[in-house]
Amino acid sequence: MEQFEPKLVAFVCNWCTYAGADLTGTSRIKYATNVRIIRFPCTGRIDFMLISKAFANGADGVIVSGCHPNDCHYTSGNFHARRRWMSFNAMLTFMGIDPERIIFSWVSAAEGAKWADIVNQSVEKIRKIGPFTEYQKLVQSGIEEENFNG
Amino acid sequence: MDNLRKKAKELLESKTVDLVIGYENGTNGKARAVFIKDPEKTGKLIYDDRCKQNLAVYLNKHEVKHYGKIAIVAPLMVMRSVLVLVSECQLKPENIVVLGIGEDGSLLDFPSLEVVEKYIAKIPLGNPEPDQVIIDKLNAMSMEQRREFWQNELERCFKCYACRAACPMCYCLRCTVECNQPQWISAPAHPLGNLEWHQLRTMHLTGRCVSCGDCGRACPLNIPIHLLTMQQAEEAFHMFGVRAGTSQKADSALSTYKPDDKENFIL
Repeated sequence: MEQFEPKLVAFVCNWCTYAGADLTGTSRIKYATNVRIIRFPCTGRIDFMLISKAFANGADGVIVSGCHPNDCHYTSGNFHARRRWMSFNAMLTFMGIDPERIIFSWVSAAEGAKWADIVNQSVEKIRKIGPFTEYQKLVQSGIEEENFNG
Repeated sequence: MDNLRKKAKELLESKTVDLVIGYENGTNGKARAVFIKDPEKTGKLIYDDRCKQNLAVYLNKHEVKHYGKIAIVAPLMVMRSVLVLVSECQLKPENIVVLGIGEDGSLLDFPSLEVVEKYIAKIPLGNPEPDQVIIDKLNAMSMEQRREFWQNELERCFKCYACRAACPMCYCLRCTVECNQPQWISAPAHPLGNLEWHQLRTMHLTGRCVSCGDCGRACPLNIPIHLLTMQQAEEAFHMFGVRAGTSQKADSALSTYKPDDKENFIL
């Protein structure tokens, strides 16, 4: 049987992780190709709804990453984001949606190697957990209902 | 109750306030909200166990706001909601008179919101006991069981948004759920859209919910959605040390931060 190739979406901030991922490339470090990187101005811009949307559109896992605390280009965007993620994590856990499919990390512009590690580890982790069928079932039920309603 | 009526009458007669919001006897033995402008009609006011609705929900309504200065019959949850609305600049402190109701149902004298803050500071806050028991029970379940529980409950939701209408903190004139470019929440009431809607509601109320439970009471299908926001209220207290509605100046949990917020899941 063929190996399951998970789809991952990475929401990264423009100033640290995106530049870090760039460094990974220019340093010629190879990493898993399962990840689609989406650039944001700041982690403070990464709304929790975007994560939901990623899952609804077929992602098996999501990586969210930005500047280390105290390194935010806008001073406090990542601090605000951290509180939001902590709350989101708590809410998902209470609703019975395992937050292990969402990987949060801090990757600076100098940490090209760390970015490659994060991606490789995340892909391995999601591969082990398998496809996000529970969520896909929810999506499917939505599509069926919409078709039924015309 | 007589004290409450007398005080309301005084306030209206002296034109200290233009409107009194309180509870009156409704149909079927239920209590309902009443809006009194005429001092002679203050005899309608009641307060007893049936008065559960969070009246603060009306304070931010356009039709009510234009009256000017308002007195509100306020058990603890209403007092806290008033403080949240003031802290979020939705209500001017000079436009509100709090007719506080103590835990024994007696009238409390609150000349200013500072006194309300002091009163609240002395009371142990948290979720109502019966709700906290269910939350603890849910937290003791496995992830799988919890998912099943919420899926079964939320499946019934037909998106009437009564929960939103009942909540004093859900005052946005244009809610994300009505936004269709992009469409954040799918409009029909199917499991995915329902889950997304309740996630949105819960997250937007994190650190702002005063645990009044009105969203759950408003639900025509008795879905215990108030547990979601109540659980988040507890979480916000444990993680960030803040409770909503304790001060008229405080920022809500998610609109502020501490550089040393503790978490254990960010790599």
